[in-house]
Amino acid sequence: MNTDNYMELIFPATSQNEAFARVCAAAFAARLDCTMEDISDIKTAVSEAVTNAVVHAYTHQKGKVILRGEISKNTVTFEIQDFGKGIEDIQQAMQPFYSTGNSEERSGMGFTVMQSFMDRVVVRSQPGHGTTVRLEKTIPVNSMEAAANVALS
Amino acid sequence: MQKTTVRALCVELEGELDHHNAETIRRQLDRAIMRCRNGLILDFSHVTLMDSSGIGLLIGRYKKLKEKGMPLYVKNVNSHVDKIFRMSGLYNIIEKLL
Repeated sequence: MNTDNYMELIFPATSQNEAFARVCAAAFAARLDCTMEDISDIKTAVSEAVTNAVVHAYTHQKGKVILRGEISKNTVTFEIQDFGKGIEDIQQAMQPFYSTGNSEERSGMGFTVMQSFMDRVVVRSQPGHGTTVRLEKTIPVNSMEAAANVALS
Repeated sequence: MQKTTVRALCVELEGELDHHNAETIRRQLDRAIMRCRNGLILDFSHVTLMDSSGIGLLIGRYKKLKEKGMPLYVKNVNSHVDKIFRMSGLYNIIEKLL
């Protein structure tokens, strides 16, 4: 494994922790050459995955969420894992505007947002055991800095 | 492009439009909707983040206003929020004021 940095965070599935998780994810990714837009994209995608754990996996019951981060070269990967009810049909859940239609006003756009803002989204789920969402984004290396490094070497 | 002038109640949103804050903002906007007579303008100048919970919130407010025959507008949308609006098709139902 060519992991340059990693982190793991465990927290209860509460709506307050949605902001906590996305801020941690942004801080973790910040060592790459992220633009403000990259940071917004990462924050929003991680927020969606954590919100899914709070709203759907545990339906506001108590539960645990694990956020893992990994940086390898200029690619950052996050895994958001819950141990909740799981997703029966992942393909259906990932359809734009698909929502399980609980009482809250949900747009059903969570996975679509994750897919638009990250380069790769992989969802693994086992009904009754939980869901893991893997989000991957490659940050282009700052060309000026790369040129300077070549010149120096 | 020409600047549009509309007469409507303008509400300034502030902070992060996520699932955690959606309920509070929803209650406040619904109070504003009860009072407004010509539609509602949401000013996004101070919104730093919006996710799909924000999309759900806006669709809900759009429907409420539509029942009263009134439009919903947004203004001062930053590039991040603009991306969410374009991606979700929100601009098909909510007009952006320039």
